[in-house]
Amino acid sequence: MDIRTPVANNYGDLATKFADTWKSQISRLQTKFSGAIEETRMPGEFPVDVPILYVKKDSIIGVLSFLKTEQGFDYGFLADLTAIDEGPQEGSSVPRFEMVYNLYSLSTKARIRVKVRLREGEEISTAIPVWQGADWAEREVFDMFGIKFTGHPDLRRILMADQWQGHPLRKDYPLRGYQLFTEPDPINQSLLD
Amino acid sequence: MKQNETLPSGISIEHDPDDLWSDSRAYVNIGPTHPAMHGAFRMCARLNGETIEKSYCEFGYTHRAKEKLGENRTYHQFVVYTDRLNYCSAIQNNVTYSMAVERLMGIEVPERAIWIRMACAEIARVIDHLVCVGINAVDLGAFSFFLYGFHQREEGYMLIEKLCGARLTTSYTRIGGLMADAPEGWERDIKAWVKKTRATIDEMDTLLTNNKIWKQRTVGVAIFNKDQCMQYSFSGPSARAAGIDMDLRRDQPCMFYKDIEFDVPIAQNGDVFDRYAVRMAEIRQSLNILTQIADRMKKGPIWSEDKRTRIPDKEVVHNTMEGLIHHFKFFMTGFDVPEGEAYTQFEGSNGEAGFYIVSKGSPRAHRMRIRGPSFWHYQALSPMCQGEKIGDMVAALGSINIIAGEIDR
Repeated sequence: MDIRTPVANNYGDLATKFADTWKSQISRLQTKFSGAIEETRMPGEFPVDVPILYVKKDSIIGVLSFLKTEQGFDYGFLADLTAIDEGPQEGSSVPRFEMVYNLYSLSTKARIRVKVRLREGEEISTAIPVWQGADWAEREVFDMFGIKFTGHPDLRRILMADQWQGHPLRKDYPLRGYQLFTEPDPINQSLLD
Repeated sequence: MKQNETLPSGISIEHDPDDLWSDSRAYVNIGPTHPAMHGAFRMCARLNGETIEKSYCEFGYTHRAKEKLGENRTYHQFVVYTDRLNYCSAIQNNVTYSMAVERLMGIEVPERAIWIRMACAEIARVIDHLVCVGINAVDLGAFSFFLYGFHQREEGYMLIEKLCGARLTTSYTRIGGLMADAPEGWERDIKAWVKKTRATIDEMDTLLTNNKIWKQRTVGVAIFNKDQCMQYSFSGPSARAAGIDMDLRRDQPCMFYKDIEFDVPIAQNGDVFDRYAVRMAEIRQSLNILTQIADRMKKGPIWSEDKRTRIPDKEVVHNTMEGLIHHFKFFMTGFDVPEGEAYTQFEGSNGEAGFYIVSKGSPRAHRMRIRGPSFWHYQALSPMCQGEKIGDMVAALGSINIIAGEIDR
């Protein structure tokens, strides 16, 4: 028993309800972005709740804005933007991080997930042109995982202090240890000009 | 009398020598510990007179590394950490989290447990909204309004206390069930509380909604329209106040919400007053839902039959060897959650609360992402307050109901 077990009172009916919608959407995406989609994982075949699209890093903004605006998709609500760390990898060509975009459509009520595989040190373009609200979420990903976003206007740490060393949600970050900063931050006038 | 004046830098400005404030710029720092900031938040602003010209917000002062803890604690141990997310509606987070893990394991919870969970979620919603509108009014000077609400809020906490003995940090749900059954006559208590709260809400409505000062302070203040709300991923009452017709209880119903009748109140302007009005209307809807829940709750088991997550009974643990081993293994190593990933959402009091859990088949999550609505709402505070008066910033902050525990995680 895993996520594929249909439990009606716990969103178990969504996979059957949206099966056709997702199927047609994904076939449309595959014709439109044939070279950009690395892999799709459908619920039922894989232990996932919604279809997952693995997109190449360079075409992520194109795919996201297509999903947001295109008729029949209408995924206009960025439910969540985060990342996953798979831990340090052997060899620099193996991807270490996954960027995750959870999208929700207010008109069809369907959800979909877009992922991008990233190697360590690789940058990804910012989603702020598509959703302004991606700003802080990307700052959090930078703070916690050290993933840099090209084109982000204000990529500073957000939860941790500015002088903090390391990126806490990486798998190789130590669980114990202190970094204490007692000096209060003065007002950053450059942000107010 | 306005006149042109040339500054030493060569810039020519229009200046009124009689108006002392016409050309003043002040940099102010509000927070992190300021009574108007509702928690450890900080806002730095450049003021022109009283008007905010530009501002930025900071947070993270109560960061407790919840997501990291989620990767290093078993699924059972993590229940207590979910209380401390949105601490105004703690029990709702318990419900959402348990649902998220049960979804990954394919567990079906018995009917009674679901009805109790729904009742908890709705009580928490009423409590959260009472806090939000109450504190918002206090910030603008309406103190007695707040006391009416807070009395009823305390009574609501009594209901939760009857369930689990705790008022704030409840930790009431378990994966696959509940900590304890609701006591005899709890449904009756709910109905009595609903009746009293309904009267209180009517009283609060009469007291404040049409008050002239209240309207002057809130109508047309800190407007955030539909497009902006979509840009900033607004959800819950704040989005509905701007005319976005979304409610996950109706659109993607979980538990038994599809069997319940309720309306989704929507306003159009997206200002502070509309956010207040939507919350007041939602309290009434939640009270209706609670009546329906209390009517339909029946006796029955509160634990799922699934052996993986069932905490062994104390009777068995104390009297049998196998029971003791089971108990030890359950609490020391935890149970394995099958490989998979899911984003489980719930219409929380302030908006879409979600747990995105990635499991690799071990007793600990590979990634435990918590989506708190306040994070996305707080981001919008700066653009919302641009061009508003500094005093109205307090009204705006109260109206989107920012909870520190949820943002900082």
